[in-house]
Amino acid sequence: MIKFIIKRLIALIPVLLGVTLLVFFILDLAPGDPAKTILGEQARPEDIIALREQMGLDDPFFVRYGRYMVGLLHGDLGTSYKTGDPVGEEIGARMPDTALLAVAATIISVLLALPLGVIAAIKQNTLFDGISMFISLLGISIPVFWLGLLLILFFSVKLGWFPVSGADQGIKSLALPAIALGFQHMAAIARTTRSSMLETIRQDYIRTVRAKGLPEREVITQHALRNALIPTTTIIGLQIGSMLGGAVLTESVFAWPGIGRYMVQSIQGRDIPSVMGCIIVFAITFALVNLAVDVIYGFIDPRIKAQYK
Amino acid sequence: MSTKKDVQENAPVKKKSQLADVWTRLCRNKTALIGLAIVVILVLIGILSPVIFDYDTQVIKADYSSTLQWPSAQHWFGTDELGRDIFIRTMYATFTSISIGVTTVAIALVFGLIFGSSAAYFGGKVDMIIMRIMDIFLAIPGTLLAICIVASLGNSIRNLVIAEAIATIPRFSRVVRGAVITVRDAEYVEAARAIGAKDASIIFHDVLPNSLAPIIVQTTLEVATIILSIAGLSFIGLGIPAPQPEWGAMLSSARAYIRDYSYMCMFPGLAIMITILALNLLGDGLRDALDPRLR
Repeated sequence: MIKFIIKRLIALIPVLLGVTLLVFFILDLAPGDPAKTILGEQARPEDIIALREQMGLDDPFFVRYGRYMVGLLHGDLGTSYKTGDPVGEEIGARMPDTALLAVAATIISVLLALPLGVIAAIKQNTLFDGISMFISLLGISIPVFWLGLLLILFFSVKLGWFPVSGADQGIKSLALPAIALGFQHMAAIARTTRSSMLETIRQDYIRTVRAKGLPEREVITQHALRNALIPTTTIIGLQIGSMLGGAVLTESVFAWPGIGRYMVQSIQGRDIPSVMGCIIVFAITFALVNLAVDVIYGFIDPRIKAQYK
Repeated sequence: MSTKKDVQENAPVKKKSQLADVWTRLCRNKTALIGLAIVVILVLIGILSPVIFDYDTQVIKADYSSTLQWPSAQHWFGTDELGRDIFIRTMYATFTSISIGVTTVAIALVFGLIFGSSAAYFGGKVDMIIMRIMDIFLAIPGTLLAICIVASLGNSIRNLVIAEAIATIPRFSRVVRGAVITVRDAEYVEAARAIGAKDASIIFHDVLPNSLAPIIVQTTLEVATIILSIAGLSFIGLGIPAPQPEWGAMLSSARAYIRDYSYMCMFPGLAIMITILALNLLGDGLRDALDPRLR
């Protein structure tokens, strides 16, 4: 297993190098002079030239990329054009809030999706199956930012149960953004759980435990669900990755002080190092989550574990 | 003397075309038909809106004498902060979203077909190089990649299409590669090679037509993904530039009025939801109809 993890970590290096090169290249195309952004429109031309030289902005592309990479390997994501603070520190300060939102949304999505998927499977082709799958389809179809607005409208503005925005009221502040983000991701998990359960409950060993007279509840929870959860685990992991994209929108709707909102503010302020830092942190997180999913997959499925022995 | 039974047995069997088979299976799926009907209606709205409504006077022109009016017989969906009719703007936004969604998918599909089929058909180093490059793109969540590109190039419709197409090409390439791999070693492909057909001809005449099912399904679902993504980008101010109506942008400006004029948040959101729901229903139905084994 350790050999497998090391192999996967090594395979990750060229992908992450490619990601940094791609993001650096795309954001290098951005119009405008960073020196002017930092010094302001009223700056004297000689000051702008001096700062450009100091920042090495006139160096060839690969020299600047190399310098950025050396910094990145030392944990330096550059300096914000707007605040002059290290981007790494800015992102680090917001990381716990984004992580908290992602974890809460994942818990909500799993708590909603598993019962929906399991019951839809065991009651296949009934009204309940139809309703469950329609709810999960709604999850895919409702834009997270619209659901966020509707939640604010009903639970914050009309009922006054939750704050409209921000993160200063603890769990009360977390509830609505987590529900909005979680509901969107519930759909894929529910659908995967349903199809995986359908496949599992038709297996011979399930027929055997039924024939032995085990109560249906035990058949489902002790035998079918445990095996059906393997593909579900993968999809949960992949959903955490795509939640990062959704977090940008959710954090914007609820003014949640995470990395997503910071990224949007940085884009609006043309603060390129901050935007680059956010995207690279998101991409690394996405890659590491996928790796973690593969490892967990190995642990819960003895057949896969055996392949790496 | 031939009997009636002999005549029946010897009569040429009327073969149903594959397309007719798919259509029959699709027609049996009620939810898919609902999806198809809604998509057809949306496309008609999209085509007719620019014809029915005058862009300069009805869609974007401010009318300060009728700002923030609740839905009424005169303004079915109410008016926005600039006095523009939300019904007209929501209808016109159908044209914006569908045209951009379809254009983007068409571009991504062409590149996805080229990259995906080349990777699968040639295999080896070509496959390795193409798919490793795609892996790099796929390592960044699609929405973030699109945000990154628009943030760099600036927000315009052209840049939005480029950004969404670039973010979508890797997903298409992967699906096309997967579909082509299943048929590339089929006997009819070997036969085409044996008679000296060129690689490009084999790919376009023999391989791709036989691996279309997952590609068609992916195309339908990608239109939905792109419309949703464009709405998201517009919501955070990176999508369609004002004053052109777009559902996400309309929701973004409605946000400031949520306390007192909540109707402004309803209709553009409903329009997005109905569109995505319909495309997903149709996509799921097509998946079942094109490949019954997947059911």
